[in-house]
Amino acid sequence: MEQKELRGLEDRCIQEYAPPCTAACPIHVDVRGMMGEMSRGDPEAALKIVRKTLPFPGIIGRICEQPCRAVCNRKNAGGSLAVAALERACADLGAHQPEKKLPMPRKNRKVAVVGGGLGGLTAALDLAKKGYPVVLFEARDRLGGRLWDVPEEILPRSVITAELNVVAQAGVELRLKTPLGTGLSLADLRTEFEAVYLSLRIEGHKPDGPGSSDGERAPVDPATMATGQPGVFATPLREGSYSPILAISDARRAAVSIDRYLQKVSMTAARQNEGPYVTRLYTNTAGIAPLGMIPMADGRAGYSLDEAVQEARRCLQCQCLECVKVCAYLEHYGSYPKKYVREIYNNLSIVMGHRQANQFINSCSLCSLCREVCPEDLDMGAVCRQARRTMVDQGRMPASTHEFALRDMQFSNSEEFALGRHPPGTTASEYVFFPGCQLSASAPGQVERVYAQLREALGVPVGLMLRCCGAPAEWAGRMDLFQIALADFRRAHQALGSPRVILACSTCYRMFQTYLPEIEGVSLWVLLDRQGLPARATLSDQKGIVSIHDPCTTRGEQSIQDSVRRILARLGYQIEELPLSREKTECCGYGGLMWLANRPLAKGVVQRRIAESPLDYVTYCAMCRDLFVAQGKRSLHLLDLLLEADPESRSMRPGPGYSQRHENRARLKRKLLKEVWGEEMPKLQEYGKITLNIPAEVQSRLEERLILVEDIQQVIAHAESTGKKLVNPQTGHFLAYHRPGNVTYWVEYSPAPKGHGFAIHNAYSHRMLIEESKKL
Amino acid sequence: MTETIDQTQRSNWRCAACGIALQPGKVTVSYLDNAYPVELLRCPRCGLTWVPEEIALGKMAEVEKALEDK
Repeated sequence: MEQKELRGLEDRCIQEYAPPCTAACPIHVDVRGMMGEMSRGDPEAALKIVRKTLPFPGIIGRICEQPCRAVCNRKNAGGSLAVAALERACADLGAHQPEKKLPMPRKNRKVAVVGGGLGGLTAALDLAKKGYPVVLFEARDRLGGRLWDVPEEILPRSVITAELNVVAQAGVELRLKTPLGTGLSLADLRTEFEAVYLSLRIEGHKPDGPGSSDGERAPVDPATMATGQPGVFATPLREGSYSPILAISDARRAAVSIDRYLQKVSMTAARQNEGPYVTRLYTNTAGIAPLGMIPMADGRAGYSLDEAVQEARRCLQCQCLECVKVCAYLEHYGSYPKKYVREIYNNLSIVMGHRQANQFINSCSLCSLCREVCPEDLDMGAVCRQARRTMVDQGRMPASTHEFALRDMQFSNSEEFALGRHPPGTTASEYVFFPGCQLSASAPGQVERVYAQLREALGVPVGLMLRCCGAPAEWAGRMDLFQIALADFRRAHQALGSPRVILACSTCYRMFQTYLPEIEGVSLWVLLDRQGLPARATLSDQKGIVSIHDPCTTRGEQSIQDSVRRILARLGYQIEELPLSREKTECCGYGGLMWLANRPLAKGVVQRRIAESPLDYVTYCAMCRDLFVAQGKRSLHLLDLLLEADPESRSMRPGPGYSQRHENRARLKRKLLKEVWGEEMPKLQEYGKITLNIPAEVQSRLEERLILVEDIQQVIAHAESTGKKLVNPQTGHFLAYHRPGNVTYWVEYSPAPKGHGFAIHNAYSHRMLIEESKKL
Repeated sequence: MTETIDQTQRSNWRCAACGIALQPGKVTVSYLDNAYPVELLRCPRCGLTWVPEEIALGKMAEVEKALEDK
């Protein structure tokens, strides 16, 4: 991933953008943060947040015109938050400890501020905080300017006096009764000070430039407040009525300019979001219950603490997190895509050290639901997919993560399972049925019956291809192995004369659509919908209500999803859609090999999905069905409904274990070859003849540890032929190890009575290599 | 997990071929171009080594993961 690409991806995650209130506020008060603290009953912490941007919260909290409220996301759900009233509550209720002064290095370049209204005071305060010696000139005998025009019942005099005190406390030198013009010219100021800010927006003055006192008018740059004269800054003339918050905003902008001017840095760089703007942050407000504004018991006294807390709790704490809300994986890692893409970038970039995001990258199901719900179409699935390929290219993909799945694929594409045949007695195929590896593993009998049904119903020659589409390699980022799988498929398909491919698995469908677009594929479900259902399927009006789980690889395949619904309706089922279905469907936890990279997370994904409805689920992916049932959810494959006399009885059928999946595929091939084509298939591996007796409890341990029967058979074959084994004289058990590939398997076993195979007591594995030597 | 091989059985494993008890010895284990000397029980005659389940699934698995993420 290039830096530029990273930036592009980061920019598409909008989670860190300001909430609308803060963006609309000319000085960007962190309203959400303030609400958060206040809702927790901590006005002191809330005040601290407000003070970071707002110098006079007690005053502004009483007179602000609140542009924030016009854009508040609570607006249509009970009314915008009472932002100013809560700012005032912060000032009134927060402990009035003076702000802690950061020891800024004292600078020696002096600044003059002319005008002691809100603007002048803000600029003086900001510059004093930055360490500049500031002298403030005010024509009248008191600070505050037009604040004194606000009626006392709205803005008590004591509040003005108390809050404006902070300016003197910050070290600003005040020169009252010193108007510009009589005895104090701009020229004088420019001689004594290195920068001057004219904050003269009071009646009787031309407010738009230093020329005002000289009878000239000079324009003020509204972005920087700079005038034509170097070092002189001024408040521009603004249309409309006076706005206290805009006055503060203009002055702050001038203070930033003065600081930049004195530091001799760019006046214009990176200032685009000063002043009010429209945020890119999206906040979903669907389903938010209306809640009206909390009234004040005493309007003049403002909110009591209790009232303020109640009001602040109405704040929606606006944020996006659309993807995180629907994805257990994105939620699990506790952050959001902007952070995640940075972590992935770092993970791919580091040369030495611990790669912390490996598991994160490998845990994504690659289902791209995130892109579906993202207002900016950011696709973490695509990012993770690409990252895995990079890791493989760099030689940094942890070998253990995907090896099991890749071995499974290798098995499916070996002589044990792979098969391509025209229908018996023919030499050409119009169609070829491609059931895929997992349906063949989970329900081999159904594959047989569907194949028979297709040959009967379509009226044209239908061949058969058994193998794996290569998806595990694609998911693992192993494009080398994936290309081999595709090439092998293509060869086998061409050998059959390139017939149309009937696909039962939506993952195969997706893979071929994406990587072999020249192949004409048709979903089994679309075909059945079009051609009619198997005769065995019982049609009736009333079979109850089910929910459909669309496999995640049907996202964007609306015709398949529609066909499945029509088939269900014809079978007599009513459908209650899950909250997330069709283009927003979720992964079952197997996609992208999440199941192998992060088992606990994948189980959580299953748990979450199956809890979405108490109804039985119907799906059309064998893997989804098996995983749901394994976690206790009554689930049916669409083929159960189409082919089985008593589908209900299948709803809790446990899916086969890993070894059984191999066995089922191999047996399916053997059986079809024998029954359909009249061919015998030899047992391929000698060790495969070793019979094992594995107690259920050991069996489930083997599943958990990803140890296959064939692994155990190989250990025993090795131990028995070489004599290399340990023995426990007390139990008579043997313990032996063997390393057929990258994993060392240990098996504790004993010969079964009467010489019939072996009883298996335990097995475990490690990847570390024991370097044997006879030397001790 | 360790019900079949526990501490009491530890000393009970013997080399089946040589018919003698295992003894502690230095063995090199390696993964991803990293080699470590460890002490494991092994046959003093033929060198057949025993990696107990708790070491395979504990320390070894930890080191494997750390090396894979390095």
